[in-house]
Amino acid sequence: MKEQRAATELAITLTVNGERTTRRVGARRNLADFLREDLGLTGTHVGCEHGVCGACTVRVDGAIVRACLMLAVQCDGAEIVTIEGAVGDVIADLQREFHVRNALQCGFCTPAMLMTAADIVHANPRASREEIREHLSGNYCRCTGYQSIVDAVEAVCRSRTRS
Amino acid sequence: MSTVKNKTASPIGAALPRSNALRLLAGRGQYVDDIMLPRMLNAAVLRSPHAHARIAGINAAAARAAPGVACVLTGIDIAAMCEPYAGVLKHVPGMQSAPQLPLAVERACWQGEPVAIVAAATRAEAEDALALIEVDWEELPAVTDAETALDHGTPVIHPQLGSNLCFERVVASGDVPGAFAHADHFVEAEFTTARHTAVTLEPRSIIADFNTGDRRLTVWQSTQVPYMMQWILAHHFRLPENQVRVIAPDVGGGFGLKIHIYGDELAAVAAAITLGRPVKFVADRLESFVGDFHARGHRVRARMALSKSGDILGVEVDDRYGIGAYSGYPRGSANEGLQVSNLVCAGYRHGAYRAVTRAVFQNKAMYGQYRAVGHPVACLVSEGLMDLAAAKLGADPAEFRRRHYHGADAYPVKLPGGPVLERLSQHEALDRLLEIMDYRGLRAEQARLRGQGVYRGIGLASFVENSNPSAATYGQGGVSIASQDSCTLKLTSTGGVVAASSITECGQGGHAVIQQVVAAACGVSVERVKVILGDTDATPMGGGVWGSRGTGICGEAALQAGKALRANILAFVARLRDSEASLFDIRDGVVVDAASGAEVMTLESVARTAYFRTDQVPKDFQPELAVTRSFAQKTYSGAFTNGIQASWLEVDPETGFIRLLRHWVVDDCGTIINPLLVDEQIRGACVQGLGAALYEQCLYDEYGQLLNGSLMDYRVPMAGEMPDIVVGHTVTPTVTSELGAKGAGEAGTAGASAAVLNAVNDALQPFAVRISGIPITPGRLLHALGKI
Repeated sequence: MKEQRAATELAITLTVNGERTTRRVGARRNLADFLREDLGLTGTHVGCEHGVCGACTVRVDGAIVRACLMLAVQCDGAEIVTIEGAVGDVIADLQREFHVRNALQCGFCTPAMLMTAADIVHANPRASREEIREHLSGNYCRCTGYQSIVDAVEAVCRSRTRS
Repeated sequence: MSTVKNKTASPIGAALPRSNALRLLAGRGQYVDDIMLPRMLNAAVLRSPHAHARIAGINAAAARAAPGVACVLTGIDIAAMCEPYAGVLKHVPGMQSAPQLPLAVERACWQGEPVAIVAAATRAEAEDALALIEVDWEELPAVTDAETALDHGTPVIHPQLGSNLCFERVVASGDVPGAFAHADHFVEAEFTTARHTAVTLEPRSIIADFNTGDRRLTVWQSTQVPYMMQWILAHHFRLPENQVRVIAPDVGGGFGLKIHIYGDELAAVAAAITLGRPVKFVADRLESFVGDFHARGHRVRARMALSKSGDILGVEVDDRYGIGAYSGYPRGSANEGLQVSNLVCAGYRHGAYRAVTRAVFQNKAMYGQYRAVGHPVACLVSEGLMDLAAAKLGADPAEFRRRHYHGADAYPVKLPGGPVLERLSQHEALDRLLEIMDYRGLRAEQARLRGQGVYRGIGLASFVENSNPSAATYGQGGVSIASQDSCTLKLTSTGGVVAASSITECGQGGHAVIQQVVAAACGVSVERVKVILGDTDATPMGGGVWGSRGTGICGEAALQAGKALRANILAFVARLRDSEASLFDIRDGVVVDAASGAEVMTLESVARTAYFRTDQVPKDFQPELAVTRSFAQKTYSGAFTNGIQASWLEVDPETGFIRLLRHWVVDDCGTIINPLLVDEQIRGACVQGLGAALYEQCLYDEYGQLLNGSLMDYRVPMAGEMPDIVVGHTVTPTVTSELGAKGAGEAGTAGASAAVLNAVNDALQPFAVRISGIPITPGRLLHALGKI
């Protein structure tokens, strides 16, 4: 690999939080570093860089992905939403429920946890408590012990299924 | 005090959401790695691949010439600019450690020890350059087994120390041999706890900037202890202390990990001083596992002598634990062992007591304080022995504990090792626990299910937890870590209050505690109080957050500061009105007539008069609308908290899997400032103890190689496998302060592992096997059952 050290750069055009942008990026730059360092979107956090902790979870073309496991050059043409651009009732309700329950302490996992939580509220608002726990199991939180997070997500889910 | 605490709608005791959480929820927190400075470089660190090896030579020429590289520093470079250090506490007799430098000079003593640092334009370029550094390694034999570390024939890691013993402590009280000689029964076991590590989700991070103009060092660091860092950086890099500024922005989890000195971080500071440019170093997850401090890793042989009627005649403890190749700096690696030898069976009346603890050096990662320091080990041993004893005597574990708790008239209880239990609430805590968990109902359900081949267990664990530590922890040992904290308040020109405090925030809620206490003491709403933390240029001096001390110590300083500001405001108003201060009060941010409640002046008009209309202030009177108050707990070595936990779980004897069904905690942290935050602290702390009980361990091979140093391989608890945790309280305020608050951040971790181990053994009762080591992996469980 030594002879390829000078990484190839490629131009990509993508939409991030509703803004269309074109950038030249190194081929080896992952999406998390691109968002944080090239676009200044530091709400996406880097906790392990091998796809386990979930702190870098963002939405790419509608699906939640690990931004540390995706290269920026793979995102040419993609539509990306980070915590800074996550708007709407679901995320606002989650933020409110997290706040009143203190479902965050250090806050490092929180933006990604919200992205993952919004995903299950959208996809399966009838999710049981166990299903919520299962869905959140790709996002580590070292502070809360998860219960208040599960409570918050459950509250938002129930508010969507109350008739 | 009572007028403050008991006032209707006082913010003290209110379950308020944290105002400083809103930024974090919006993704607008600012952690160290989020800070980008002009001309900033990014560092990467070369680490030893060997547990023990001589460095015959380093060739960094190619790395220095690599694209983007600004500098490469090796051990020799930094040795010229940094004083060496040794983590020795002078009040621990015989404690020793070898001098250490940020980067290894002639020899690396653990896999992961920093050897060289590269500062380059980007982290990727710095890592590219690392690959070009050639180190001529000569491998040396590694010491990796704590049990044989002191044996003749085991290499001595630092020959100048004469042995691999860091320290040994013996606590002795009464006639232990006699107690066992006359015992009707005795129980014994060998308890083991794995080496594990804190795994803060935000890795250790630092930016150092050295301004060559005014020769000032500014450091942004993910730290729990800005003032400790300021002293260390000034001392070791030979700078005047007031030329060093340490800022702790948002900190992504601490848990004791971020109170230690790390060579890679000091090396980044050295690079910044060398280059006169900002240098950022953020540990990646792989290097965190070998670069972070580890904890626990004890082997404790313990036995208990009992009379026929069940009195505890004696307790004997032999603790051995392996630390790193150096004692941790600056706090030493002694406190785990000190607490184990202090606290086994501390919550129970017992006769003779003897505890020996030995810390031995080995060629493994650095080792030191992590949440609940030593307490989880002492609790595992105590509660394991209590269950064994109860079983031996055919007693119910809950009632056996109740029988041995200290009596209400016994306090203060002086422990054989020195600490004093001020006043505990064990009986009330047990009553409350049995009620909220429906102990009798669960026992019935357990028996019913056992008949159906379902093996469930109930485990109890009473605990004590040191909090509000005095200077006995570090200051007396010659370590420059403050045991006092301070709070500075000022009234703003619009009648708000700014509170600058010496503690920091890493998610535990220190910000909210200061805000609520100041609001209560001043008589203003919490929204009017702005809190500043984590900046040695902006806050008064103090110890930071560790050892369950932030609320108990800095909360008291905030209370006294608030009372002083209130008194100054009222004295000023009294002078303006030519009246007595005692006739006025501040309520809801307004100065009122104390008797009628009628408004006298708003705080804004008080401030405006003092600041802008000094012509209206009597010539002989100077209002003081900025005050500082400090507090240190000096009555005991610490204000002990207590409580009890219970675990309800199911064991699958076929697969070895354990399912945690529910967990209960009753905790007594004295005066509760914010019950929402206390309960969440307890839940989170419990889950770290549950992780230790079932999953977490740093697995080393015989060559000192860490085998599971990634988040893929090192298991931390996930949402799907954690139970709901029910939290209850008893309230016994400490009388060592007016506020009466004790710590709440560590108790959950102290007791959770023991509750789980006891529950597993309770579930395994039909199989007549016992487990006494954690983590209780499926393999360990199946092995105990004889299935593998």
